[in-house]
Parts: sequence; C-alpha cells; structure tokens
Amino acid sequence: MARDDIRLHVVSGKGGTGKTTVAAALALALATGGRRTLLVEVEGRQGIAQLFDVPPLPYSERKVAVAPGGGDVYALAIDAEEAMLDYLDMFYSLRRAGSALRRMGAIEFATTIAPGLRDVLLTGKFCEAVKRQEDGEFVYDAVIVDAPPTGRVTRFLNVNREVADIAKVGPIRSQADSVMRVINSPHTAVHLVTLLEEMPVQETIDGVEALHNNGLPSGQIIVNMLRTPLLDDDELAAASNDTLDRDTITADLKAAGVIGRRGATTAALVEALVDEARDHAERVELERQERDRLDRLGLPIVSLPLVEGGIDLSALYDLASQLREQGLR
Amino acid sequence: MTAPAKKPRARATPVAPPARPATWDVDALIDNEATRIIVCCGSGGVGKTTTAAALGLRAAERGRRVCVMTIDPARRLAQSMGLTELDNEPRPVSGVQGDGELSAMMLDMKRTFDEMVEGHADADRAEQILSNPFYQALSSSFAGTQEYMAMEKLGRLRATADSEGTWDLIIVDTPPSRSALDFLDAPARMGSFLDGRFIRLLTAPARSAGKGFGRLVSTGFGMFTSVLTKVIGGQVLRDLQAFVGAFEALFGGFRERAEATYSLLQEEGTSFVVVAVPERDALREASYFVERLKADQMPLAGLVLNRVQATGAPMLSEEQALAGAERLDEAEEGELTSSLLHLHAQRMATLSRQHHLADRFSGAHPGVAVAEVPAFAGDVHDLEGLRQVGRFLAGELSR
Ligand SMILES: Nc1ncnc2c1ncn2[C@@H]1O[C@H](COP(=O)(O)OP(=O)(O)OP(=O)(O)O)[C@@H](O)[C@H]1O
Ligand SMILES: Nc1ncnc2c1ncn2[C@@H]1O[C@H](COP(=O)(O)OP(=O)(O)OP(=O)(O)O)[C@@H](O)[C@H]1O
Ligand SMILES: [Mg+2]
Ligand SMILES: [Mg+2]
Repeated sequence: MARDDIRLHVVSGKGGTGKTTVAAALALALATGGRRTLLVEVEGRQGIAQLFDVPPLPYSERKVAVAPGGGDVYALAIDAEEAMLDYLDMFYSLRRAGSALRRMGAIEFATTIAPGLRDVLLTGKFCEAVKRQEDGEFVYDAVIVDAPPTGRVTRFLNVNREVADIAKVGPIRSQADSVMRVINSPHTAVHLVTLLEEMPVQETIDGVEALHNNGLPSGQIIVNMLRTPLLDDDELAAASNDTLDRDTITADLKAAGVIGRRGATTAALVEALVDEARDHAERVELERQERDRLDRLGLPIVSLPLVEGGIDLSALYDLASQLREQGLR
Repeated sequence: MTAPAKKPRARATPVAPPARPATWDVDALIDNEATRIIVCCGSGGVGKTTTAAALGLRAAERGRRVCVMTIDPARRLAQSMGLTELDNEPRPVSGVQGDGELSAMMLDMKRTFDEMVEGHADADRAEQILSNPFYQALSSSFAGTQEYMAMEKLGRLRATADSEGTWDLIIVDTPPSRSALDFLDAPARMGSFLDGRFIRLLTAPARSAGKGFGRLVSTGFGMFTSVLTKVIGGQVLRDLQAFVGAFEALFGGFRERAEATYSLLQEEGTSFVVVAVPERDALREASYFVERLKADQMPLAGLVLNRVQATGAPMLSEEQALAGAERLDEAEEGELTSSLLHLHAQRMATLSRQHHLADRFSGAHPGVAVAEVPAFAGDVHDLEGLRQVGRFLAGELSR
C-alpha cells in the first residue's frame, strides 16, 4: 500500500466510533521515525488535549507528543473566530477592526449565521498547514484532521466549491480554489472510522457513496474496537449449533479444578459457559456480516482492537504501531 | 389518578450509603393515565431510539394508545415498525398485541419546519419564506434545528392528541448528540441567537441610527455590516433580513416560539427517561442531565442502563476462570474449555468495570431509579426484540 504520498488525512466516521482516537494514533504513526505531523481539531472540544493529557490547546501549533524513533506530533485546535480574524487580516487588512468586532460578539454571529463560513475558515486553515514550506521543504510531513462526523464531512470539505460558485473573482475566489486544490489532490485521503455494527457500517457505506458523488478521495476504512474471536471457526459453529460437547467440558473443568463459589454445580457452570459461547458466536457472525458489507466497498480496510479498560497514552502508542503494521506509515 | 408516577426526590445523605439503586416500576409509569409524554434522552448511540420504541410497544400492549416519534432509527428497526413512509405523520404499527394501539413516525426536520411555516402563513408568504436561501440553510443544516423541530413536532402531536383524542401517550426519542442536554438547550440557544442583538440591528437599522446610544451602536454597526457584507456577501445579509422580518411577523420571534414548546416539557404529565450505557462518558452525560432536570424541576422517571454485560455464571470469578484456563494450557489439554474460560473471564472483567461505574452513578444519585437492559448478542431490530427490551425494563426479566 503506497500511502506515504498522502499528506492530508481527514478522519471521519459516525459519532463516537473513535474519530479522535484514531486521528491521534494516525498522527503518531505517521510521525514515527523522525517525521513531523500536525493533528488538527475543528470542533472546539479539546478532545486532543484530553487524549494527550496536556492543557487545553491554544490557537497555535503545539508539540504534544514524541513519536517512537524520534518524530514530533504537533496539534492545533482551530478556533473559527480566530480563523476569521486571520481571514479579515489577510484579505482586508482588518486585524484591529476585527478585534473590535469580536468584542461586540459580531464575529461569533457571523461565523454562526453564514452557512458554510465556519467551514471555509476551518478548511482554509488546515490546508494552509498542508502547503506550508520552509527552505523549500514542507513544514509538516502530514496533516491529520479530526473531522466532523460522516453526515457532515462531505459538505465540510466541499464548502469551498460553494464559495467558488458565489465569488467569481477576487482574493476569496483564489483562496477557495487553492483550498479545493489541496482537498481534491491525489495527496489527500478521507478515512472513515467504523465499528462492526449495523448503524456505523451503514453510515460508512452511505459516506463512501457521498464522498464518491462529490469527487472527494476516499482512503481507508478503519474498523475500530474490534474484538478478536476467542474461538476458532469449528468451535464457533459448534457453539451456535449447540453441539459443544458438554461431557468433555465437564471433565476439563474438573481436571482444572474449576469450581464456582456458593456451591455452584459443575453442570450449571457448563450450561452458562455454553450459553456465553453461543452469544459470542452470534456476535462474531453479525460482525462477519458487517465486515462483508464493508469488504464489498472495495476500499482498503485496517482494524484496531478494542482496548479493554479504555484509551490512555500507552494504548494510543500501541494503536499507532498497529496502524503502521497495517501499512499506514 | 392525579399526578404522573414520579419518584420521590432524592435527599443527600452525609454518609454515602452502599449504592443500592431504587428499583424502577416502569409499568407503573406507562400504565398511569396521567403520564402523557415520555421523553427519552441520553448521549449518542446509547439506545434512546430503542428505548423509546420498546416503551411505546409495551405501553400499547398494556392497553394505552401510544404514539412514538423516532429520530433516525436503524434501518431494520424502522422497517419492522412499518416506518417506510417518509411523510412525517404517525402511522399505525401492525403486529401489536392486546387492546392498545401503537402509531409510530420518523421525524423529518425540514418538513416539520416547512409545515410550521405553512401552518401560519398564507400561501404567498409561506412561499416567500420557504424559498429564502437563509431559511433553506436554517431548516436543513443548522446546529440545533433538529432539536428545535423535535420539540415543535412534539407540540403538534400533543395538540392533535388533545383535539382529536388520537393518543393518550406520546413517547419521544431525541436526536443523536454528544450531549443529552442539547435537546433541552439547543432550541432556546437557537432562538436567542436568532432573536439576538445583531439580527435586531440588521432588521431595524433605521431605528437605532441617529441619537445617543443609538449612534454608538450604529458606528460599530456600520463597520459590522460592511465587514459582513464583504465577507459573506450582501445577498446573504439581505436574505437574512427578509427571512427574519417575515418570520417575526408570523411567530413573534423564535425565542417565544421555542419557549412555548419548552414549557410543554415542564407540564404535569411529562416524564423524562435518561438512557446510558455503563461507560464513563455516557454516565457522565447522564449525570449532567439528571442534575439539570432537578434544577429545572422536571420529573425524571428513571435511568435505563442499557447494554449491560450479562452472565449466567456470576459464581465463577474472573480470577478463578483464568486460573483454570492456565492449568489446562499448562497440561496442554482442554483447548476448547480453556477458550470458554477465557471468554468468561473477559465477560467478568467487563461486568465488574460496569458495576463499578454504575455504582458510582448510583452513589452520586441515590434517588434515581434504575432499570437494566442486558447487551444482546444481536441488535434490536424487530417487535419481538423490542418486547424483550420491554420485559427487562419492567423487571419481568433480569440478567
Ligand atoms: N480501540 C478502542 N478501544 C477502546 N476504547 C476506544 C477505542 N477507540 C476509542 N475508544 C473510546 O471510545 C470513546 C469514543 O472515542 P472518540 O472520542 O475517539 O470517538 P469520536 O468518534 O471522536 O467521538 P465524537 O463523535 O464524540 O467526536 C472514547 O471514550 C475512547 O476512549
Ligand atoms: N440492549 C442492547 N443490546 C444490543 N444491541 C442494542 C441494545 N440496545 C440498542 N442496541 C443496538 O444499538 C444500536 C444503537 O441503538 P439506538 O439506535 O437505539 O441508539 P440511539 O441512542 O438512538 O443512537 P443515536 O444517538 O445515534 O440516535 C442499534 O443498532 C440497536 O439495535
Ligand atoms: Mg471526537
Ligand atoms: Mg437514535
């Protein structure tokens, strides 16, 4: 998988599937071995700061982590109002006036009422970071965006096309064009995070279609919180057909000295274990069906395991190395 | 019967009692004729839609005439409830047992907004609003619109129920959102934004120009409009002005409209059900929500703790199971049994983490009644599945 030419990674997916976690792990994975990445947050929730256990991010690029083998992860929480001030400054030399307007609450108002203005500002900001060069070299090897959920991401990424429809000429038009060039370039990929459950998978399928219809580049499907089946295929089949051999299980439990508390009978234990195996088999079967639906999309798929007990920094490094092993490097 | 089935309010005790959540008599809530509206709230993906549908089905099968309003239900669940018509109106659900009735609908927010406009304006005026680009953005993609329209539709359903006697219980699902509080706050936030001072200035620039304070405001305002015009274009501003003007004439402002609907939630006969899964974030959201209801004196019926890990062998601890598996592995025998023991150990680990979280919630909110629904192996996508959830909710079955 030649992914190393991708410079802008946009991470979307259904709410709660792990967009922020995966984006952070990806930023670490891509920084590994002496590179520099920028992890961008656009929804003002300070999820990145929480994840890396650092104070809330200001509106400036800060180093938040060191990747294995050297390499730096920087992070930026884009604030739409601050970005608006940049914008006023850039196009109208209105920095001072902008500050006054901000105090009046006018900036907040403008970023709220004008459909898409917010998204123009946010996309403009991270696309600038993608293109930024110093001494003829890119400042960031890759930029990773913790993006809005699937239902909104297409509109979010395509907002500059709408702007281009309205503004036919002038600086705003050229800004919009330049953002669209970054987003539509072969060096950009939109990844969708999903779980192997009906609703997130459906949203992923719909999302891929929407991306496609809007000429946006889809990248990887990332199956998150995957449980590895503890039984092999024959055992799973026996579990769901209820043909697990209870006598053998009983003998094994006795041999292993497994006796439940409170005088539980071995028979009751065996029945409970068999039930749990049947549940497990049913779950695995459902997950396989969902996986098949994803496979039919024909996109590359990577998987990340469910981390029991939740995500901390070391789990994040672990997820990053698993992404690398699967070719995201 | 006089009042909806409320739970006695919690009183804080100085020493935390061992967390023992009150058991929740869900049937008493749904059987009580004084219960007219049940609102299912909670953070994203926890099972709000499933709970709303399961409560609706159970209430109907126990004799009530129920309308359930769902929002973005999973596709298969929608199909099994006959929710294939997208006309924003409740339709009878077939397959309901017993004397009651169940109707269900799927909220169409844009349509609800359009109907709200059409219901208040003559055809010309309505057309003028509906074709306004700002209105189109507002009604389809603004943050908060879905919550606002869910409440609006609830108001409409309630009015129909009152005037035509169609339903005696309305159960509402709430939009997917990170925070359960959004349902309560988004409409007012949107209302006050749209009624805010900038829109006032925009819609009545003449009024504020000229004298005293007005001049001060208008100096800043002049700059404001000129910047706004530059950045977002003059047309957007004109659309916005036209829209707000027309809308205010009809409704006397967004905030009033939102407040009127909100007050429905504070009426006698409205109960809230908060749904959570036994995970940190979801329970934190549930806590915020419980606090907020208390502050606003809105009745909380109880907490649905959904997708709780279940086991038929609570007597075999995680450690015992792992020790047994290890012995089998060392002896290189009983491979299957070893796997079963690992599987069980994993369950027990999840279960004890979940219990710990649930106990913490109950310790902090000792008065909140809890109903637990186990995590099913498959998802809940047909009436039988909903019935099963209902049995757990009512405590007929337990894990
Ligand atoms: N692989 C994993 N194993 C265990 N827990 C995970 C995993 N990935 C994410 N989580 C947990 O799931 C929850 C949701 O993850 P996260 O916040 O990354 O999702 P999100 O898609 O960004 O959510 P939102 O839509 O709210 O922004 C968090 O508590 C996170 O720690
Ligand atoms: N107890 C349960 N066991 C197994 N699956 C469940 C259970 N409860 C709900 N589900 C499944 O979980 C998924 C999400 O449930 P549901 O749609 O009710 O959540 P929601 O809170 O309405 O989500 P959203 O915030 O996206 O609207 C559905 O596929 C549903 O079938
Ligand atoms: Mg997130
Ligand atoms: Mg829902």
